[in-house]
Amino acid sequence: MSSRGKDMRRAYFKNNWIAALVVAPQLLIIFVFFYWPTSQALYWAFTFEQPWGGGNEWAGFENFRMILTDGRYWDSIRVSIVYAAGATVLSMGMALILAVFADRQLRGYKYYRIGAIWPYAVAAPAVGLAFRFIFNPSAGIMSYVNAAFPGFWDPILNGDHALLMVIIAGAWKQVAYNFIFFLAGLQSIPRSLIEAGAMDGATVLRRMRDIQLPLLAPTFFFVLVINITDSFTDSFGIVDTMTAGGPARATNLMVYKIYVDGFQGLDYSGAAAQSIILMFLVIALTVIQFRYIERKVHYT
Amino acid sequence: MTQADLPLAAAAGSAEARAVNPPRKPRMPGLVENTPVLNILTHVILLTGMIILLFPMYLVFNAATLSLQEVNAQPAHLLPGDQFWNNIQEAWVTRDFGQKFVNSLIVALGVVTGKIFIACITAFGLVFFDHRLRMPIFWMVFITLMLPLEVRIVPTYAVAANALQPFQMIMDWTGISWLIQTVSGIEVALEWNMLNSYTGLIVPLIATATGTFLYRQFFLTIPDELVEAAKMDGAGPLRFLVEILVPLSRTNIAALATIMFVYSWNQYLWPLLIVTDPSYGVVAVELGKLVPDTNSTGGAIPNWHIAMAGTLIVTVPPVIVVIFMQRWFVRGLINTDK
Repeated sequence: MSSRGKDMRRAYFKNNWIAALVVAPQLLIIFVFFYWPTSQALYWAFTFEQPWGGGNEWAGFENFRMILTDGRYWDSIRVSIVYAAGATVLSMGMALILAVFADRQLRGYKYYRIGAIWPYAVAAPAVGLAFRFIFNPSAGIMSYVNAAFPGFWDPILNGDHALLMVIIAGAWKQVAYNFIFFLAGLQSIPRSLIEAGAMDGATVLRRMRDIQLPLLAPTFFFVLVINITDSFTDSFGIVDTMTAGGPARATNLMVYKIYVDGFQGLDYSGAAAQSIILMFLVIALTVIQFRYIERKVHYT
Repeated sequence: MTQADLPLAAAAGSAEARAVNPPRKPRMPGLVENTPVLNILTHVILLTGMIILLFPMYLVFNAATLSLQEVNAQPAHLLPGDQFWNNIQEAWVTRDFGQKFVNSLIVALGVVTGKIFIACITAFGLVFFDHRLRMPIFWMVFITLMLPLEVRIVPTYAVAANALQPFQMIMDWTGISWLIQTVSGIEVALEWNMLNSYTGLIVPLIATATGTFLYRQFFLTIPDELVEAAKMDGAGPLRFLVEILVPLSRTNIAALATIMFVYSWNQYLWPLLIVTDPSYGVVAVELGKLVPDTNSTGGAIPNWHIAMAGTLIVTVPPVIVVIFMQRWFVRGLINTDK
């Protein structure tokens, strides 16, 4: 990642006390709020922790064993995977289509671009509440459908409906982010390539398929990893305002389960062990992302 | 344009210059293609996308203009009513969104200022001084990207309850506490409770790997000659930072500020955890409490009109920022990636 060459300066300031002074605040904050809690989570995951302090004992892998033999944990993993896959496919698909056509820069391009970007600014709980209203079986527009086909749609009682609703809300929120990256990726493709294609008689659609989309692959994979990572962590606000993990834990994503087990169940050890598992997942995805970016150098 | 180590940021960075400044001339000068059918299709696809993205917000706005009976009527009213200001007022005054709105602003501005400040000085210390710890410190900051709040919720909460707990425990383990107690007779009990305070809402959020990264990239493009010239003129490092680097980094500041404003305004989990005193509540969290009925049916008729008015209040400020600062927003997002 770091290219030594660029990093080398010839001119430096000599006063290292000032250097220490200016890096200290951030180091202090990340020590107290990142590294310390992370080490605590590791420690708690391997001990039996009492909720309100007062002693703990070494547990080895017992906490992990308990979680991994708990059917509910596997349910939450399954739900998280369905959510990640559904929201990612929906939002990336829509963002890709919008970006490819917006990139033709016909009239109104500026407005289309703003129209696709603004949803990024909407807070997760606002998205959650809005879609909860929209998909409400008896108040929103879905009441039309339910009036025609009674019982057709009921996310309050039906777990599959609830999960679908959460996926749609999550996807809606993520479209803007993906759009921004896809559009930037498309616009970094050298014009000469596209012009050459046009001169060889390739139509607009043909150029999209054979030039633009293949060259967008690096951006695509980058966005893919970010989306999966985000769906494991950022989904909290949406789930909390839409379903609170229900009905019957049908939308109990991993991150939400940690919150519920830790703060409502006061099972610190169990929550910590789950945190560690989620953390390894995030680390693995991030590592893939950076390895991937390094590889990208060779073929762009 | 920022010179970037990350190839993606580099590629996207140059692209984004064009993304944010739409070319006045046609995209392909000299490439005149007459594709009327495809053009119409393009507009149809784009307009459909716009509707999919906008329609939910229209429904929110629409619900916020209806009365309690209208919003729960079946079939639903799809045209706005006349209760908009009443509903906004109800949310603003009765549900106390006014106070929460001010809190959200304080927290957002605090986090934005803090992040920019801390990113700037950290990167300064990492780029313009020659010491062995440069890369280790950079990586320590960078690795925090892999530790999002969501995966360390419970212990981070414990730290917020006493921000000095790490130091206390380290002193206990190493025996320093014991030493101090034996020597001076004072029992070491460090405590700094950050729950229910602006400090607690702001400080843990101002560590920023992405901001530091962005600033570092920018500082690496500063020519050595500038440093040498400053030294020759007798400027110390801090003066160089304040009088030369900060003015040069205005673009960075604008980009970071826009993206971080949206980020901090929309914070949900952290304030949800550490605030129990309503006078420190923020709007995003307050929204969660407006949820009409808790999950199951039953109870009173849901107040969807108020909930949707609240949703609008939370949504409008960051959306306005993004629309007006679009250029900086896109640049911030792409250059910091994540």
